[in-house]
Amino acid sequence: MSSRRLMHRVYTLGVVANSPGASGSFADLAMPHFASLFNLACWLTQDRAAAEDLVQETYVKALRGFPAYHQGTNFRAWMYRILRNTFLTTQAGLQAAASLDSDDVRVVEPATEETPEAILLARVGQETIQKALEVLPMHFREIILLSDVEEMNYKEISVALNIPIGTVMSRLFRARKAMRKWLAATTQGVSA
Amino acid sequence: MSCQLWQDWLDPYVDGGCTPEENTGIEDHLVTCTACSAEALARMRLKHATRLAAAERYTPSPDFRMRVELAIEKPRNPLSSIPFVIFPRFKFPVLTKRWKQSLWAGAGTLVLVIVVWAVLSGRSSAREQALAQFLDLHVATMASSNPVDVASSDQHTVKPWFEGKLPFAFNLPALDGTPLKLMGGKLIYYKNRPGAQLLFDLRKHQLSVFVLQEQPGATPKSMGVATVRQKGFNEETWGQAGLRYVVIGDTSATDVRSLCELLRAAQRQ
Repeated sequence: MSSRRLMHRVYTLGVVANSPGASGSFADLAMPHFASLFNLACWLTQDRAAAEDLVQETYVKALRGFPAYHQGTNFRAWMYRILRNTFLTTQAGLQAAASLDSDDVRVVEPATEETPEAILLARVGQETIQKALEVLPMHFREIILLSDVEEMNYKEISVALNIPIGTVMSRLFRARKAMRKWLAATTQGVSA
Repeated sequence: MSCQLWQDWLDPYVDGGCTPEENTGIEDHLVTCTACSAEALARMRLKHATRLAAAERYTPSPDFRMRVELAIEKPRNPLSSIPFVIFPRFKFPVLTKRWKQSLWAGAGTLVLVIVVWAVLSGRSSAREQALAQFLDLHVATMASSNPVDVASSDQHTVKPWFEGKLPFAFNLPALDGTPLKLMGGKLIYYKNRPGAQLLFDLRKHQLSVFVLQEQPGATPKSMGVATVRQKGFNEETWGQAGLRYVVIGDTSATDVRSLCELLRAAQRQ
């Protein structure tokens, strides 16, 4: 790239850094979400170094796309959408994407006898819940994280995942069902 | 409606995704149905437990945060600094006497502005240099396997620990009802003078508070009262009752300010 083109690119990036700037620069809007996006990236990638690469790439992409961001729309959901789309282009993301079209993914469950779920879930510890999230398929894990951890409402999740609200509700229902089943079976297996 | 149909509504109910009318209908049912109310309670508990288990499980390092902040920092406009690279054929016009007089007047004003700016920025850079040294101390503490000499969340343990080690005394703020937690303290030396470093935890972020005697040579006079953001950290400093306080953390400026206010109030007691 010639020096003039390179300088033009740097200048253009400098301009976009503040483009929709009436209500704050890109950094002012984006950095408050840094820790939570990093946490989500770690949950998606299951690897700290890969999560750092993913978050850094997300921020650079978001900065470039900032002029196209519509002020007043949900910035957090917009950022997560970029993070997720970036993840889906990685090798780990491509593998996870293979299961995205089907919501009927079965989670491997330990064999157990039936015990009321509510009683078993009361005994579940934090580590068991973390393990349950890790074994869930990526699209189940992310929707639980967006709803329960990020406390996004259905509309925000719909924007972040680019799916209709009806799909958000049905996927969340299946995801939780799969998680409860795994937890109940694991807890019963431990206590048996 | 059967219980199975009611249970399909429990997730939206727990997630706050129902209308007020739907909530009323569900709650009326829950009052009369033990099975559904137990199920609703279990789902609420699981939602809460998931949040506790997964939120902030992974936290980014300050170094990584700094890298990303630098990556998205607004770069300088290179057009203003190197115009001839962009416009290589640019030539200065031939100047008349009147233009030359105007240019001299403009140049004189520019020199004056530069002198004033140099004086002001010299003061500012002295303050920033001093704050950068405290930032280095804070970062070194974060990297240390033994960040504090006295580890306690009890102010009545930490404060007496400094007695006899420092030629001054200060008050620690009461943290009840705040998300802040005292982690401990350590003795530091800044420009060959002893001082205190206190470590606080705020939602898994660490903030350092440095307390030193404000004496000529010990802390720059020009530090005054300042709030500075550098390398992803927020810093605030002020002088009070002959002591210099510096608060540093990678939390928001508002969080740093809150701790400063608590410290200021504690010194007035």
